[in-house]
Amino acid sequence: MPFQSTTGDYQTKYTLETFGFLPPMTQEEIFDQIAYIIAQGWTPGIEHIHPSKSMNHYWTMWKLPFFGVTDLAQVVSELEACHRSYPDHHVRVTGYDNYTQSQGSCFVVFEGRG
Amino acid sequence: MSVKTYDAGVKEYRAMYWTPDYVPLDTDLLACFKCTGQPGVPREEVAAAVAAESSTGTWSTVWSELLTDLEFYKGRAYRIEDVPGDKESFYAFIAYPIDLFEEGSVVNVLTSLVGNVFGFKALRHLRLEDIRFPIAYVKTCMGPPSGIQVERDKLNKYGRPLLGATIKPKLGLSAKNYGRAVYECLRGGLDLTKDDENVNSQPFMRWQNRFEFVAEAVSAAQAETGERKGHYLNVTAPDPEQMYERAEFAKELGQPIIMHDFLTGGFTANTGLAKWCRKNGMLLHIHRAMHAVIDRHPKHGIHFRVLAKCLRLSGGDHLHTGTVVGKLEGDRGSTLGFVDLLRESFIPEDRARGIFFDQDWGSMPGVFAVASGGIHVWHMPALVTIFGDDSVLQFGGGTQGHPWGNAAGAAANRVALEACVKARNEGRELEKEAREIMTAAAKHSPELAIAMETWKEIKFEFDTVDKLDVG
Repeated sequence: MPFQSTTGDYQTKYTLETFGFLPPMTQEEIFDQIAYIIAQGWTPGIEHIHPSKSMNHYWTMWKLPFFGVTDLAQVVSELEACHRSYPDHHVRVTGYDNYTQSQGSCFVVFEGRG
Repeated sequence: MSVKTYDAGVKEYRAMYWTPDYVPLDTDLLACFKCTGQPGVPREEVAAAVAAESSTGTWSTVWSELLTDLEFYKGRAYRIEDVPGDKESFYAFIAYPIDLFEEGSVVNVLTSLVGNVFGFKALRHLRLEDIRFPIAYVKTCMGPPSGIQVERDKLNKYGRPLLGATIKPKLGLSAKNYGRAVYECLRGGLDLTKDDENVNSQPFMRWQNRFEFVAEAVSAAQAETGERKGHYLNVTAPDPEQMYERAEFAKELGQPIIMHDFLTGGFTANTGLAKWCRKNGMLLHIHRAMHAVIDRHPKHGIHFRVLAKCLRLSGGDHLHTGTVVGKLEGDRGSTLGFVDLLRESFIPEDRARGIFFDQDWGSMPGVFAVASGGIHVWHMPALVTIFGDDSVLQFGGGTQGHPWGNAAGAAANRVALEACVKARNEGRELEKEAREIMTAAAKHSPELAIAMETWKEIKFEFDTVDKLDVG
């Protein structure tokens, strides 16, 4: 039976929901996930918040959701603009699905420093 | 002017209940039965007997029939079809007028459709394959207390299946040790944990104690991980009064979700509890103990797709559907059929998946499909493909059997799940590329690497007993 190889006990991870257990995504991988949101016909939206409030349902919206936007580059530049304005905040991208009235996807792209 | 006269005696059922020219109304409740008659009894007579015995008929003519208009109230056998690949049985389609049933009562529907008729001597076997509930009837039922969309919003889980586990061993732990197992699973990365169905309030662990320790485990795991968590507190009880008492206490402790066993507890209790959950903003997980007694025999009983539809009407936010790939019975096409019946708003007839009627649910919320039973990390790519995002994947032994314990087992499953969802979104074919996707994910997760090593040989490859009827 292989014992846990680390020297300490099993640490609890502080994570931010979907994709929180994967290693940080490369730029290419983030683009792929945003492209998936657009391809599903969902509306991309960007939100940010200080890490101390990450459990809140409502994060601050970075502008309105990008209705009708199907250009990946535009979403990416808005994400970067949000991150530049709030470098210490978490920034997440959401795919609003108006058919289910839910979010088809939602994941954190930039993690703020706690 | 009255034209009918009373003629005592026994008539053939088909004279009144076999109506092949009938065109069903949009408001009729339609049923498809698989009938296996006694040798020598004509199909039309069997079908008519089923229609009669499940609606207005009795074996002998009675005078009081003439005080009403049975032509208005009777069930009608309107179509007979061969069962593909089976010479002995046939399908009988029966239409029931909506006024035969009390509004909002699956109890009443089942009492009629699967009542005395199943013991009828002219039949060797009888199976209720499907029911089309007219939208007019659907609108009289409340349905799921919250539904998929509301649960996602409350628990903040988007873009992926939810991940859970049933706490093991299922019986015998003290409340405090049980809460420990819950805490370890949740802090490791699961969204939800579950009381096993037979955990109620036994001498070794009374329900109050379990609820209190579990509540602490849930809130500690939430605070430490930064994610929203829940544990299905089983409120199934010997009587409705105790069931509601347990539900109230779960709410008092601030817990988001409770659970009920809808078949052993019964539809009356289930519908009542669902209404309580709607009123109190609680999510409701539904277990299905006893279902295989009713639904597994291919020629007798009730198909699970009917039980699933009845549960959606009665109310529940989650329902177990089997896994297709794990330790419990389940044909893939058939499972996909009733998974759609739980989640979608309109499901067209599709014989390849065992769906006999179009079903329109209108605005009734959808139910999460729960896959649980003998599944482990290697099944993840297949599960994500089969069940999609609106599901709860529950790994009991596959979490708590991890060599490093529950938290590491939970993390292994969470990494595997997220790697599969990410790969799917990138357009990769999960089932074909399963090994590459999982191996790549394990490079960043020693927990997953050990889990993959531990369960690499476990398979459950037995033939399905209840297959779809194909030629």
